[in-house]
Amino acid sequence: MTARERIAGNVANYVDERTGAAAWMKKNLNKVFPDHWSFLLGEIALYSFIILLLSGTFLTFWFDPSQREVIYDGEYQPLAGLEMSAAYASTLDISFEVRGGLLMRQIHHWAALFFMVAIVVHLMRVYFTGAFRKPREFNWIIGVGLLTLGIVEGFLGYSLPDDLLSGTGIRIAHAILQAIPVVGTYLAFFAFGGAFPGEAFIPRIFIVHVLILPAIFLALITVHLMLVWYQKHTQYPGPGRTEKNVVGYPLMPVYMAKAGGFFFVVFGVTTFIAAVASINPIWLYGPYTPGQISAGSQPDWYMGWLDGLVRMAPPLETYLFGYTISWNILIPGLIIPGLMFTGLALYPFIESWITGDKREHHLLDRPRNAPNRTAIGAMAITFTLVALINGGNDIIAQQFELSINQIMWFSRIGIIVLPPLAFVITKRICISLQRADRELVLHGKETGRLVRLPHGEFVEIHEELTPEKKWLLTSHEQNGPLELPEIDKAGVRRPSAIRNKLRARMSQANAEVAPKVTAKDLNEIENH
Amino acid sequence: MAHEIEPISDPGIPAHVHRKADEDPIAAKRAERQVAILFSLSTLGTLLFIFSYVAIPDDVFIFLPIMGNTNAHQLFLGLGLAFSLFFIGIGAIHWAKTLMPDNEVTVQRHEFRSSEEDRKEFVKTAKEGAAAAGLGRRSLIKKSLGLSLGLIGLSPLILLRDLGPLPEDSLTKTSWKAGTRLVTDPGDRPIKPEDLEVGAVAQVLPELAPGKDHHKLSDIAKDAVLLIRLRPEEFNLDAERLSWTHEGIIAFSKICSHMGCAVALYEQQTKHLLCPCHQSTFDVTRAAKVLFGPAARPLPQLALALDSEGYLIAKAPFNEPVGPSFWERSS
Amino acid sequence: MALLAIGTTFSVASATPNKSALALARSAVIEEGKQLFLKGCSSCHGLNAEGGAVAPSLIGVGAASVDFQVATGRMPMADMSTQAMRKEPVYTPEQVAALAAYVASLAPGPEIPGDELLNYERDGSLAEGGELFRNNCAMCHNFAGQGGALTQGKYAPTVMGVKPVHIYEAMITGPQSMPVFSDKTLTPEEKLSIIKWIKAAEVEPALGGASLGRVGPVTEGLLVWTLGIGMLIGVAVWLAMKAR
Repeated sequence: MTARERIAGNVANYVDERTGAAAWMKKNLNKVFPDHWSFLLGEIALYSFIILLLSGTFLTFWFDPSQREVIYDGEYQPLAGLEMSAAYASTLDISFEVRGGLLMRQIHHWAALFFMVAIVVHLMRVYFTGAFRKPREFNWIIGVGLLTLGIVEGFLGYSLPDDLLSGTGIRIAHAILQAIPVVGTYLAFFAFGGAFPGEAFIPRIFIVHVLILPAIFLALITVHLMLVWYQKHTQYPGPGRTEKNVVGYPLMPVYMAKAGGFFFVVFGVTTFIAAVASINPIWLYGPYTPGQISAGSQPDWYMGWLDGLVRMAPPLETYLFGYTISWNILIPGLIIPGLMFTGLALYPFIESWITGDKREHHLLDRPRNAPNRTAIGAMAITFTLVALINGGNDIIAQQFELSINQIMWFSRIGIIVLPPLAFVITKRICISLQRADRELVLHGKETGRLVRLPHGEFVEIHEELTPEKKWLLTSHEQNGPLELPEIDKAGVRRPSAIRNKLRARMSQANAEVAPKVTAKDLNEIENH
Repeated sequence: MAHEIEPISDPGIPAHVHRKADEDPIAAKRAERQVAILFSLSTLGTLLFIFSYVAIPDDVFIFLPIMGNTNAHQLFLGLGLAFSLFFIGIGAIHWAKTLMPDNEVTVQRHEFRSSEEDRKEFVKTAKEGAAAAGLGRRSLIKKSLGLSLGLIGLSPLILLRDLGPLPEDSLTKTSWKAGTRLVTDPGDRPIKPEDLEVGAVAQVLPELAPGKDHHKLSDIAKDAVLLIRLRPEEFNLDAERLSWTHEGIIAFSKICSHMGCAVALYEQQTKHLLCPCHQSTFDVTRAAKVLFGPAARPLPQLALALDSEGYLIAKAPFNEPVGPSFWERSS
Repeated sequence: MALLAIGTTFSVASATPNKSALALARSAVIEEGKQLFLKGCSSCHGLNAEGGAVAPSLIGVGAASVDFQVATGRMPMADMSTQAMRKEPVYTPEQVAALAAYVASLAPGPEIPGDELLNYERDGSLAEGGELFRNNCAMCHNFAGQGGALTQGKYAPTVMGVKPVHIYEAMITGPQSMPVFSDKTLTPEEKLSIIKWIKAAEVEPALGGASLGRVGPVTEGLLVWTLGIGMLIGVAVWLAMKAR
């Protein structure tokens, strides 16, 4: 035994005698993880979170979360001698007096954007492959929670420097709060410690941003990862992969090296972008005052869709018995997002209600094999995209010489008309792709090689698919619609028949697919 | 659910294909060198980072395509750090891909559901524990426990009361009173009508009360006013609103009636005010009536008059609350 | 042409009192301006600059308006679209001066500010200029003067790359949608401070890297959704690929 091995042995012994670590280390070091690039999207979010923690901690050493007024006496001449909050002044100091300060600010803000992008693409991957089905519904709900909290955390984060752009965003948030019926004005005055803008808001959101929400994030992310660990990751269908196994690489050394390496790559790419691209140049925005505004004011992208919804809202307010209800604020600002996030969180349960499928699923769906689900997803994405585009309508109008009024009307009509259109188109495309798969299995791949037969006919040679590819294209399930007869076998009428009619109708629509290749089809091909 | 005989069966995991580095020691050595080079690039990156931090002053600018004049300190600090991180990652991944074993391993999934025995044991233990606590039998304990726990939950909520004052009349009152002079923002200079040409616009605040030396942001958030001069014949107002103007000069609250942004964008030719936040458009000739966008109410108009020295003053406070709507606002 | 006229008049009329020599020179310039006006402007602005259905009256707009509109190439308007665009000027500086003199002769109006009035480096204050810009200009022209959208396809153009005299003239004449900024509510010193700030912003390099247009979060979001996640997904695909 070499000296090194002896020392390692002693250390392991020391730890194991106190914690019993050897047993669970042995089990977990060999844990198997399936390898696919689309499984790394959640990791981008996780690593961005770590980057946010590290860069954020750096920033807290210099940031002064106070709204008390100071006179700026730092390096940046265009703001010399101006009155501003200590929060704004300290952010200027971080940007111009602290070496590496601007870099860290930019890493932090770009990492936040990456964090949200990664969450969204990860959500799309999980959704379109059906990874949220049993036993992973709870993890899905945690994920939706992380998405919602991420949006709030990002908003609070870029509002901390108290600049003109983010201060305008706080004004909007204040107006939403104030518009809530009955309790709105009290909530607003309590949150802001008085009238807007007051001096209490920035210090309070500082604590929410650096302590409360990160703690909640840590807890949720830990549970999220533990569930993935315990339930084992899903895998794409393919040769050798079943509902009862996991095919992949062991944690040590392959997965550790790849996943660990990927952390450094994410950090490196984020830092690269922070080095070459400017973000949130608060010195250009100026300190916040309610009397000023910039043309083209937008929130960060992950709130852009909310801004777009608010812009396109019809000017509806009702006045009853001396009270005002601002539908033009409540509907786009609270009701629609509330419905969307609730629908998103409940989706696994909605789908299992429609399909009646209560089994465990560890094999993922290819999106084309679940046409209804994929089409609903396309619809949701279209809705959000129209809202997002409308959020930038003034920038778009300026860049492309269009009229904001026309873009607004396009969005108002488009947000109602385009999502159902997207649904229909996507569903048809999925079913066509299924048909194409079917053709591939039955007739093989087109090779582009033409052959002339003795009697003069030109045929294209088709190459038969490999057994692995054939298996991939036929191994999915097609379980027809739910059978929910109104009168069951015993002659008893099923209660709540209307709910069941709806369910049956949706189940039917959901089960519309191009039928898989059957043994009979194959026989026919072989024998003709 | 129809089950058919599967026409195609699972061919199993395909045979393992060896990589070059698995079979050829020269290829393996080359892969090792590549990994080493990648890690070394990372070291170079760290050196660049340290050099930039210590040695590049922060007022040196270099010209680069696309980026224009760039701050060298910031750029090389960032590039150094980026490379140092990025190449460790690429090196580790390349090492795993080329040299670490890439045999796929198959492991069986375990059943989540606990065994029947475990389940029965759990139910038994839970029931026994609950019976031992006796909550079911002892309803007095149950009720009083419920009451005390419920009330404790109230305490932290009560502690939050002093987060802020009650709104009272803060939302309905501004600093504008009858006789308050309009002053320029910034500059605090009073304004005479002849100071404004037709087509002119001015950012305006109420004159500071004696003893105050600057405008607080919380006051600006309600008091900010936009002064606009048109030709008197361009107005399309009823008699009362017309009497609030003076020789073609009209004043509106600058705080948008939608969500509170500053509505300061005045289009001189169309006489429209545009709020840049959500594109609400107001018609100045018709008392800021809403023409487009999500705002539901016109901007409150400030009644104008002249004081004895010829300066513009407010004739009266605003006749309605300024800014965004709220529940208690009667309209 | 006009300069030649002035020069010859001076050299010839050395005995005559200066006042009438100047008046003679001026009237020559005004006459040239009138000819240019009749040829290039009257079809829209009327034979006596009284305006018409498609163009406003120019009586009283002053030399400053003409200098701004014509020297920045906005006038003559290329097409009768939503608003006049800045483009290559059609007239030479001498011709612009003649047109301005003619229009100024019709009725009193804002004058072209002389160089003495435009010494923004000396008379302007940088930080105050920034505050004034954000207070009076940013709502249309954006926080960094990059321009912004108005209603119905109109727009406030970028203020970058504009001569200080034209910025000043725009403020005092209020071209098209832009309002007028009277000298009493925005003093000449304050106007010079604004110009000083604009000129500093023009040459200020992007301190954190490529500026992405200085229009705010929209371009930042675009970058992260294209280059950013693209780079990361690219590495992810490479990571999961089997090595050769």
